[in-house]
Amino acid sequence: MTEILWLGRGGQGAFTAAKILGAAYAANPESHALAFPSFGPERRGAPVRAFTKLDSKPILDRSQTEKADFIMILDETLYSAHLQNLLKPGGKILINTRNAELKQLIPFDGDSLAKELKLPVVNTVMLGALAGISGIVSVENLHQAIADYMPVKIQEKNKSAVQKAAEEAAAL
Amino acid sequence: MEKFLSGDEAFAEGIRLACPDVISAYPITPQTIVVEKLSEMVEDGSLDAEFIHVESEHSALSCAMGASAAGVRAFTATSSQGLLYMAECLYYASGGRFPIVMMNANRSTALPWNIYGDQRDSLSQLDSGWIQAYAENAQESLDLALMSYYIAEHKTVSTPFMVNLDGFILTHTYEKVDVPTPEQAKRFLPPYETENKLDLDNPKNMAFSAGPDTNYIFKYKEHAAMFRAVPVIEEAETKFAEIFGRQYSGLIDAYKTEDAEYILITLGSIAGLCREIADTLREAGVKAGVLRIRYMRPFPAKEIAETVRYAKAVAVLEKDISFGNEGTVFTNVNSALHSAGITVPAYNFIGGLGGRDISHQDMISIFEKIQSGTANHVSFIGIEEGENL
Repeated sequence: MTEILWLGRGGQGAFTAAKILGAAYAANPESHALAFPSFGPERRGAPVRAFTKLDSKPILDRSQTEKADFIMILDETLYSAHLQNLLKPGGKILINTRNAELKQLIPFDGDSLAKELKLPVVNTVMLGALAGISGIVSVENLHQAIADYMPVKIQEKNKSAVQKAAEEAAAL
Repeated sequence: MEKFLSGDEAFAEGIRLACPDVISAYPITPQTIVVEKLSEMVEDGSLDAEFIHVESEHSALSCAMGASAAGVRAFTATSSQGLLYMAECLYYASGGRFPIVMMNANRSTALPWNIYGDQRDSLSQLDSGWIQAYAENAQESLDLALMSYYIAEHKTVSTPFMVNLDGFILTHTYEKVDVPTPEQAKRFLPPYETENKLDLDNPKNMAFSAGPDTNYIFKYKEHAAMFRAVPVIEEAETKFAEIFGRQYSGLIDAYKTEDAEYILITLGSIAGLCREIADTLREAGVKAGVLRIRYMRPFPAKEIAETVRYAKAVAVLEKDISFGNEGTVFTNVNSALHSAGITVPAYNFIGGLGGRDISHQDMISIFEKIQSGTANHVSFIGIEEGENL
């Protein structure tokens, strides 16, 4: 099972990214996914978590991920060293940052790309980056999930975000 | 058609397919999404129903009862304090034999105030005369939305039906769900027809008083009708499998229990993790099994007794406690074992209260404790007996 832990702030769309990833992955008839937010009241700006679990068989364990294959950080101020303890061996942390100091992580400048695409949030940019780096899901499937589960008005921008971020990340 | 839906969304899809005529509800976390989705469906015309925004849960069920008394299919949904607030009406609905379907998002009860999932809300209403089912995943939630009407409205049953979904863990978790077509749903669920309605051509007295000389006869009939639901559940599941290709297993869902020495009994969405742990333990040579209770009312006393008859020990894991006694599911299970003359040691584990996560390790230690016979009569997971907190 591949487990992804999303860290963001309320309003950044961390859960939307978690859900789109799950929907895209589960589009394959042989694949299964669970996506859920950290449960509770949602407050804009407060730290939030979301989870995506991916597997080739139905996923029975609904408990929160204790060790992740990927930790996705949408806001760099949410990074702290203890997150390393939440990784499986070989697990990776992908962080939206321009700060190259965070070398032990995979820095990806999502903010700049989002700005270029006139997107107010970075969630689908980072989702595309995850696809580019990991190959766990194809850009085509992400595009389909965006078409199925995001409002029509914002689909095109978000499709571009996923596409461009995946290309940039794959070149890293 | 396969969709990626949360438990709440899947249930709303199931209700759309069941075509209720009247929906009356008051929003409460974590049920809110069901009500939102249904109101959107009514708004966009994909569900031809009267959606009534009421001012409270008490009114929500009263209103559904009025609709049912007019002879139409009614739906409501609630959770936690909302269920408790409508408790008075639960008894009216069951005593009046109105086959209303209600979704309850299982959530903790105050105080301390908490919006997360446990099952103390619905289990406190076991005696209210409603059929109670507990779903494990989003697919079963959708399927129960359809089957609940088939069972509740069956002429031999005519009893309201509460479908329970674990708050957040099921209501807010997205997964792949097969959404049937309206044509399939129509083949499965006949239109609601009843004589238990207000009818100008055939006037009758409804929702009346009954004194000591006849009251108990009505209560006896309610009790008997609940048991008549058992074969109807089987009938519904057989027909459901023919049309939708998914077969359910009646009042309980037994996993690797045939040769199991240690059986964990539970209900709701935690059962998946239980089965995974049972598999892990079997790889290590422990004969573990899981019994998921699908229906708390009618209670599967015989089915539970027969399933655990040859086990060495049984654990009942529940998100509930009856203060000053033990978990209510445990009380029900023990009564079933006692009546069947079964003396398997049984232990009660209370977990998940107020939404607390139940981990792999918690589950493994439950099996370890019942294997070694070191479990307490009642244990709170994560708290040692006598611990000074």
